[in-house]
Amino acid sequence: MAIAASAPLLTIDGVPLKVRLARAERSRKLKALALILPLFLFVVVTFLMPLGRMAYKSVINEETIGRLEQTNAALAEWNGQDVPDEAAFAALAADLKAAQEKRQAGEIAKRINYEYAGAMSKFKGVTRKVTSMESGPYKEVFLSADKVWADPRLWRVIKNASEPYTSQYWLSSVDLRQGAEGIERVPADQAVFVDVYARTFWIAGLVTALTLILGFPVAYLLATQPPARANLLMIFVMLPFWTSLLVRTTAWFVLLRSEGPLNDLAEMIVNQRFEMIFTRFGTVLAMTHIQLPFTLLPIYSVMKTIPPSHVRAARSLGAGPFHAFWKVYFPQTVPGIAAGCLLTFILSLGYYITPALVGGPRDQMVSYYVAYYMNNIINFGQAAALGGMLLIITMVLYWAYNKLVGIDKMKLG
Amino acid sequence: MKNILSLTVSGLAVAIAFSTVDVPKAVAADQLTIVSWGGAYSESQRKAYYEPYMKEKGIKIVEEEYDGELGKLKAMKDAGNVTWDVIDVDSAHALAGCDEGLLEQLDYSKIGDKSKFLPGTALDCAVGTIAYSTIFAYNADVYKENPPTTLNDLFDTAKYPGKRGLLKKPFGNLEWALIADGVPAEKVYEVLSTPEGVDQAFKKLDTIKKDIVWWEAGAQPPELLANGEVVMTSAWNGRIGNAIKEGKNFKIVWDYQEFDWDFWVIPAGTKNIDGAYDFIKFASDPKNMSQQSKYIAYAPTHKDAIALVDPAIAPTLPTFPDNMKTAVTTDLVFWADNNEELTKRFNAWLAQ
Repeated sequence: MAIAASAPLLTIDGVPLKVRLARAERSRKLKALALILPLFLFVVVTFLMPLGRMAYKSVINEETIGRLEQTNAALAEWNGQDVPDEAAFAALAADLKAAQEKRQAGEIAKRINYEYAGAMSKFKGVTRKVTSMESGPYKEVFLSADKVWADPRLWRVIKNASEPYTSQYWLSSVDLRQGAEGIERVPADQAVFVDVYARTFWIAGLVTALTLILGFPVAYLLATQPPARANLLMIFVMLPFWTSLLVRTTAWFVLLRSEGPLNDLAEMIVNQRFEMIFTRFGTVLAMTHIQLPFTLLPIYSVMKTIPPSHVRAARSLGAGPFHAFWKVYFPQTVPGIAAGCLLTFILSLGYYITPALVGGPRDQMVSYYVAYYMNNIINFGQAAALGGMLLIITMVLYWAYNKLVGIDKMKLG
Repeated sequence: MKNILSLTVSGLAVAIAFSTVDVPKAVAADQLTIVSWGGAYSESQRKAYYEPYMKEKGIKIVEEEYDGELGKLKAMKDAGNVTWDVIDVDSAHALAGCDEGLLEQLDYSKIGDKSKFLPGTALDCAVGTIAYSTIFAYNADVYKENPPTTLNDLFDTAKYPGKRGLLKKPFGNLEWALIADGVPAEKVYEVLSTPEGVDQAFKKLDTIKKDIVWWEAGAQPPELLANGEVVMTSAWNGRIGNAIKEGKNFKIVWDYQEFDWDFWVIPAGTKNIDGAYDFIKFASDPKNMSQQSKYIAYAPTHKDAIALVDPAIAPTLPTFPDNMKTAVTTDLVFWADNNEELTKRFNAWLAQ
C-alpha cells in the first residue's frame, strides 16, 4: 500500500505529526535530563572536581609560588650554562630573607630538594647566613658556604621552581627529569616508578587471569545446578564477599605465616616450611581470593540467561560435548567474561592494603607510593602526578580494550 | 507516578550523600585533642598525664592515634581546619615540622624553665617529653645458651641464623650498619654525610637483606618476636619492656642503643592554643613527668624529673649508666637535613 508523500500527516488538532512527535521526544529528553541532574551534579562534585584538583596539584609549584619572584626576575635573562651573576644571588638572598620571616623558607628548601638531592641542608645553611646580613655582596657568601652554589644545574632547578607551573612531578613519575638540554632519564639508582607501574599492571593482569580461570567453572556450576543446590553454593561465594576486605586480608596474614596453619600442614606432608608471607605469591593469592566474586558474578549472570536448549540442540545436530560448549555456549558468555575481567583488573590496579599487609617491599603497587608521598614526604604534587599517570594509562588501556572487545555494544543478558 | 518516585529517590540519594560530608565540629574550649602513637606508649601517657589532667582540670582529652607522619596535619592546615591540639612527635618531625611552618614556635614562659630541660630537648617548636632508645631484643626461649650480646650479632647470620626485624626506615639502620662494619661510633654521622659512607652502609645491610622482616608500627616487634616470625628484632625499648612486664621472656641488648627523644608540639593553626600550652605545662612538670616511667621504660627529659624516678625502675631505662656505655646519640640535624634523600634511596634499595 503506497503512502502519499505529498500531503503531510496531521494530528486531530491540525498540528503536523512530525512536529508533534519532535515535541514529545524533546519533552521526554528534558524529563530524563531533569531526573539525572541531581546524580550528575553529585558525580561532578565528588568525582570530577577532586580529579581536577589533583591535576592542578600535580603541576603547581605549591611550595614556591609567589615566594621566589625576585629570583625569577633576576634569572629571566640567564643563559642556563654558567654560574649566574651577583644580581641573581642578591635576588635569591632577598627572597629567602622574606620567606624566613614568614617561616616559608623550609618549604622552598624542600621543593628544591625534590629535584636536586642534598639541596635542602645547603638552603637552610645559607638562609641562616643571609638573614644575619644587612646587605650584599652575596655571591661570595653563597660560594664560600658550599660549592653546590656554583653548579648550573642547581640554578636551573631554582629557575624552574620559581615558575608557577612545573613538569617535575609528571616527568619524575616516569623516571625522567629536566636536564641541561631537554628531558633526560633519571640515574638508575633513583629510577623506581616505571618498574612500579609495570609491576602494578602485571599483578593486576595476573590476578584477573587467575580469577577467570578459577571463577569460570564455578560460575558454570552455579548457573547449571538445580536451584536448591545452586543457592547453597552461592552462599559460599557471597559470604566471603560480604566480609570486610581488611578482615580477609588479615586472615590471609595469619594463614600464610611461617608458623601458621598452612605451613604446619606443609610440615606434616612434605616436612618443609615455605615462605609465603611478605612474598609475591602471598599477595597474588590474597588478591585472587578477594577479587574472585567480582569476576565470577558477572559471568554467572550472563550464563543464567543462556537457554540450556542451545547446547542440547548443538549436541543433537552432531557436535561433540567440547565442540558444543566451545562453539555455542562459550561465545555467549563473552560479555560476562569481558565485564568481570574489566572490573577485576581496574579494582586490582588500586589495591593498597593487601600488598601492604601481605606483600614484601618488592610487591608494593602504585597506591603505596601515592600514600607514601602524601603521608611521609608530604609532597602532594608527586602523589597527584603518580595517581594521574595511573589514571591516564588505565584510560588508554580501556580504550584499547574497548576497540578489541567492543564493550559499549555488549549486552549483559 | 513513576517519575515522582524516581525524582524522590534520586533527591534522597543526593541528600544522604551530602549529609555524610564531614562538617567541622565547633571546638569546645573544654576539650583537647592529643595525638600520639597508640599501643603501650599511649597507654602510659593516659595513666601518667591524661587521666590526672582530666581529673584536675575537668577538661576532656580526646585521644587520637597516628603513624608519626605529618601529611594529615599539612592537609588540615591547607584546608584551614586544624583539629589537633597537641602532638607527640619524634625528633626528625619536630625539626622538619618547624622548618616547614607546620608547628607553633613555643613560648617557654608558658611551659617551664627552659634551662632545666636536658640539652637538646628544648627546641624552638618542640619540648622534650621522653628519652627512648632503639635497641634490639631477642627471645630468651630461643637463645637459651650463647645469646646475642653485641650489635655485630644482629648482622651475623652465620652464628645466629634466622630472620631479623628492622624498622622500615633508614633512620637508625644506617648508623648500625656502619658501626657493625667497623666505623667508630663517634665518626658515624661524619661518614654517613659522604656518598661513599652511604654506599658502605647499604652494602652492609645487603649482607642480611633477605633475612630482614620490616616493621612499621611500634607494636609489631614484640608481636613478631612472640609468634616466632623473627629471632631478633630492633624495637623501641619501652615496647619490649612492657612485653617483658606482661610475662614474655624477651631480653634487650643495649649495645650501641640509639638514644633519641620524643617531643610535645603544638600544630600551627590549632583552635585551642591556650589549652595546648596548659596541657604541656602539666606534662612537663617534673612531678608528673616522672610518673610515666612507671608505665613504660622511657626516661624523662627534665633534670628534676629524672631525680624523682623510682630507683627500682632505673635499670630498665635507657639512661641507666650501664645501658649508656656504648650509646649513640641520634644526630637530629643530620636526619632533618638528609631524611628525605636517604629515605628515597632506602625505598629504591628496598624495591630492588
